[in-house]
Amino acid sequence: MTTTTSTTTSYHRFKPWNVGRIVIWGLFALMLIVAPMLFKSSLALTMLSQIGYLIIICLSYNMLLGQGGMLSFGHAVYTGLGSFIAIHAMNLASKGSLPIPLVLIPLVGGVAGMLFAVLLGYVTTKKAGTTFAMITLGIGELVASMALMFPEFFGGEGGITTDRVYGGSFLGITFGPAIQVYYLIAAYCFICTAAMFAFTGTPLGRILNAVRDNPERVEFIGYNTQRVRYFAFIIAGFFAGIGGGLTAINFEIITAADSVSVIRSGGYLLFTFLGGATFFFGPIIGAVLLVFASVLLSELSKAWLLYLGLVFLFMVMYAPGGVASLIMMNLRLAKFGKLRSLWPSYLGLAGTGLVAVLGAACMVEMTYHLQLNAALGPVMTFLGASLDATALSSWFGAIFVLLTGLGLFELCRRQFLQQWSHIQEEIEHQIKRGEAL
Amino acid sequence: MSLEFFVISTLNGVSYGLLLFMLSSGLTLIFSMMGVLNFAHTSFYMLGAYFAYTISSVVGFWPALVLAPLAVGALGALFERYSLRRVHKFGHVPELLVTFGLSYLILELVQLVWGRSTVPYGLPEQLQGPLFTLYDTQFPKSRSFVMLVAMLMLVSVWLLLTRTRIGLVIQAALKHPEMVQALGHNVPRVFMLVFGGGCALAGLAGVIGGNTYVTEPAMAASVGSIIFVVVVVGGMGSLAGAFLASLLIGLVQTFAVAIDHSLATALQALGMTVTEETFGWPLLKLTVSQVAPILPYLFLVLILIFRPKGLLGTRED
Repeated sequence: MTTTTSTTTSYHRFKPWNVGRIVIWGLFALMLIVAPMLFKSSLALTMLSQIGYLIIICLSYNMLLGQGGMLSFGHAVYTGLGSFIAIHAMNLASKGSLPIPLVLIPLVGGVAGMLFAVLLGYVTTKKAGTTFAMITLGIGELVASMALMFPEFFGGEGGITTDRVYGGSFLGITFGPAIQVYYLIAAYCFICTAAMFAFTGTPLGRILNAVRDNPERVEFIGYNTQRVRYFAFIIAGFFAGIGGGLTAINFEIITAADSVSVIRSGGYLLFTFLGGATFFFGPIIGAVLLVFASVLLSELSKAWLLYLGLVFLFMVMYAPGGVASLIMMNLRLAKFGKLRSLWPSYLGLAGTGLVAVLGAACMVEMTYHLQLNAALGPVMTFLGASLDATALSSWFGAIFVLLTGLGLFELCRRQFLQQWSHIQEEIEHQIKRGEAL
Repeated sequence: MSLEFFVISTLNGVSYGLLLFMLSSGLTLIFSMMGVLNFAHTSFYMLGAYFAYTISSVVGFWPALVLAPLAVGALGALFERYSLRRVHKFGHVPELLVTFGLSYLILELVQLVWGRSTVPYGLPEQLQGPLFTLYDTQFPKSRSFVMLVAMLMLVSVWLLLTRTRIGLVIQAALKHPEMVQALGHNVPRVFMLVFGGGCALAGLAGVIGGNTYVTEPAMAASVGSIIFVVVVVGGMGSLAGAFLASLLIGLVQTFAVAIDHSLATALQALGMTVTEETFGWPLLKLTVSQVAPILPYLFLVLILIFRPKGLLGTRED
């Protein structure tokens, strides 16, 4: 599913069916269908619905970041405005003045997102690179503060509410129960993912990659790079709007302070990158991580933003391809049958890393406890153990655990690095031998 | 609009604009030298304010004025050395991302150490009270101090860049880094110094901005996007442009918040009847002061349409 494999598959066009691709997409569809049957609690269903539309949003974001090299700080503008238009369309439809069935509401959001992208994207895509990033930030702030200025349309602090059950039931489907909404989201998720994957193979998608890698050369062969960016931006805006429309259907309330905010845009950026911007399927992982982090991690620890920031920083520094690139690197090893020899090193790294993280997390949690819950007394529970956050002994213990973990981790890391480069060399040799044959 | 209002607003606008310039100058220096857009620049500004708050409670404000920027600059240099330099080989977008991650991290750490609400970082005695009273309105000493420090900083940065040996090396490394390296200068160390220096300037702005305005975890975000606007409007990499744009935006914002007129009152003054039934009433009834927060961004959009390289910029990319 990556750009590299898709070029190799196009190499094998003589096959009547691309079996691998059909299997992967079939599995994806199956996962979307089966997931709510496996996880039946209402929390799981909410999370699955959120994952569904966030996949669309993160993929549309990656159309800009991964495929076009455009780092946008204002993607929530298009999802948020899509949500608002969608929610107003739903309210009009329930009054009977606009005959649109709920199934098509996400498309209304999509068209709205596209129109705003046509309008704002013209200014935004005038530049590329860092200037582009700054302009998107400015536009994001512009729309976010404007949204608070027009309470008639954006509903001010309270936001706009709606009721998604307005049409008559069709074959017993009213979209009242959450499970029906989930399947609507899942259907859109599958279609949009397929459409966005198809986009990567179109001439526009291809030239967009070229604009990312070498804009000068693209100008040389007669393309207008600004127009290529503009078109990609409009298409990304369309899919972002669909995601926004689904958000509106799912929550039935949209507030301006949250949905178009720059913080929300930052979240999309963060998790798309964590998932992996260099691979098509990276943002799907990112969307899953986003929901797990914001729903489960935020329950678990008050310091989750700190952990998130640290993970992000280390990811940019050591694995700029995100989780997807880590998976693909190990798949490559598995393909050459080298993965098995690395298992002990992986276990060692994970074990020692966990010890270090445990020590650090202990200190962070104690500081947070002192800062936020001072009224509850100095004793807190951390992973089942009760700690006195003011006692020196617990601090020394935490520091000791951290240092031990760090030291052992460093040892494991050196060993692992040697092994890793050795294996990579072997693979290179193997490939060369294969070419020689 | 009385003369009194005009003079006081101009002074307030200029002092706010100069504070913006202290921030945007460091950002512009770092950007034009290294091509790195430091997203965490205003986080260093915030750190400057918080460091000064802690240091001044121990040794007083005046030592803090020197110590806090130095500490912030050292942190900036460390970040450059151990994080940014590693990412440099991946290109400009990862560099921007790593500073973006840092801004998250600094915000959380500040909230962790100093809490989530405002800290009582007050003015020292020498800066309290008005400098002069014009008719009935007072102009505070602290704002004139901001202007003084900003002007001193401007002059000393300019002297450093044009009159000293290290300044000439910096300017040369800006144009032709490979050549400067070939001549035997340690260009990575020059980069580290520039990054640290830029952060120290942001820290200095934080020390004096923190007690003139307010020291809270939201202070980084409140100026963060504005200084990006300043840098784009002034022209990417142009220090003079940043100066002009800072003053312009400082003045526009200060005047706008004080004006209570709207399009509706303007039309009424022209003799037209404008009521709640008129088409576009929600837009017409907005007063200039209500629109004030978006004016810099509107300005940005207009500049990009009519003069894409910025006011004094030379680069077209």
